[in-house]
Amino acid sequence: MVTRGFSSGRRPPADGDARIPPGQYLEQGFPVLSAGPTPRVRTEDWSFTLKHGPRPIKKWNWTEFNALPMTKMTRDIHCVTAWTKFDTPWQGVLVDDILADAGVEPPTGFTLAHAFDGYTTNVPVADLTAGKAMVALLYEGKPITPDHGGPARLLVPHLYFWKSAKWLNGLQFTTRDEPGFWELRGYHIYGDPWREQRYTDDP
Amino acid sequence: MSDAAAVQSPWQTAGIVRIEKRTPRVTSFFFQPSRPFAYRAGQHVDVRLTAPDGYQARRSYSIASAPETSGAIELAIEKLDDGEVSPFFHEVAAVGDEIELRGPLGGHFVWPEDESGPLVLVGGGSGVVPLMSMLRHRAARNSAVPVVLVFSVRVWDEVIFRHELIALDERQDGFDLMLTLTREAARRPADYARRVDVAMMVQAMTRLPEPPGIAFVCGSNAFVSAAAQALIDAGVAAEIIRTERYGV
Repeated sequence: MVTRGFSSGRRPPADGDARIPPGQYLEQGFPVLSAGPTPRVRTEDWSFTLKHGPRPIKKWNWTEFNALPMTKMTRDIHCVTAWTKFDTPWQGVLVDDILADAGVEPPTGFTLAHAFDGYTTNVPVADLTAGKAMVALLYEGKPITPDHGGPARLLVPHLYFWKSAKWLNGLQFTTRDEPGFWELRGYHIYGDPWREQRYTDDP
Repeated sequence: MSDAAAVQSPWQTAGIVRIEKRTPRVTSFFFQPSRPFAYRAGQHVDVRLTAPDGYQARRSYSIASAPETSGAIELAIEKLDDGEVSPFFHEVAAVGDEIELRGPLGGHFVWPEDESGPLVLVGGGSGVVPLMSMLRHRAARNSAVPVVLVFSVRVWDEVIFRHELIALDERQDGFDLMLTLTREAARRPADYARRVDVAMMVQAMTRLPEPPGIAFVCGSNAFVSAAAQALIDAGVAAEIIRTERYGV
């Protein structure tokens, strides 16, 4: 349905078109969105726990985690509130390298990411491994600010950005695909921006 | 956490039935959906505009009206000078126009009023919109839940819903309004003239008969960060604070 009198709009540059998923617009800033207050997590209090159901597999403190292999990843990111930002430069530890350090193969096909503020989000294992996702520690070469999820956030850039949990403190293998915080509150269980899977009833 | 809200919310057309200027920068647009839907106070809708060449722009807007309001849904839209969708509404949209709308959306920034106890609302600028829906909902239900609203704007003329808020305040039914102006002197004895801070939040807590059960903070990211931190420093548990942030 064409909207009367709407013709301008913020169209992306022609060469950027193919990089912008349906319904998204190009954002130059870096908006902040979250469901609650920003937790201030000190790195001396930080830890990351890999779990299978209720059972811990391995736990790292900040120093131990920073000793893991570091990888750089520059990706376009897509927020469900309709902004897309090109070429965001992150550095952190690939989920592959976390699993290798723990000496485990994924025991199930699904995970729940956990955060210091109680936030959770579900991501299938296949979307975290094979170099697709990392636990990011740096943005633009500097420690990630608290507003953007520091000290550490999940980065799953090919899914809507609510999947890239801020203030990450754990990853838990689950037997089933268990909906997380937003997935229980009307948002899509998987969240592929290219299929515009924003809300629960999107195909 | 059981405020799940699985939505069935396809795009639909909605006609603009009324337009009401609220402040120099905020105008309310009343939409009549072709398929009316129930919603909860605090939820939002997505709005989609389509250009003749197929280009689409979509944005989320909080609902200002109460769920009890029959008929049109009120969206109070602030004009952003570098915006893409809000200038269309302010400069082009007219009564009788149809746009596409989808909702209700959002299952977190909603007031579970029967279980949550006294309520703290903190709004910055147009961040008051979803809080207004909660206040109207409370008034429509003749609810006795104690509520304090801290509403920060730059100047008196930017107090969105000013007459209605003051009228609600004057009912003295457990709702308390605290306005704070950041670029003008306070107009009412109980009001402030500075940015939200811890002392103001401590004062807000004294307007409630008992500690709050839930707090909603909405506005720009800078405002929400400052206000949420002020609430925490005033002794409000981070776990009960729900936030919604606009823009960069």
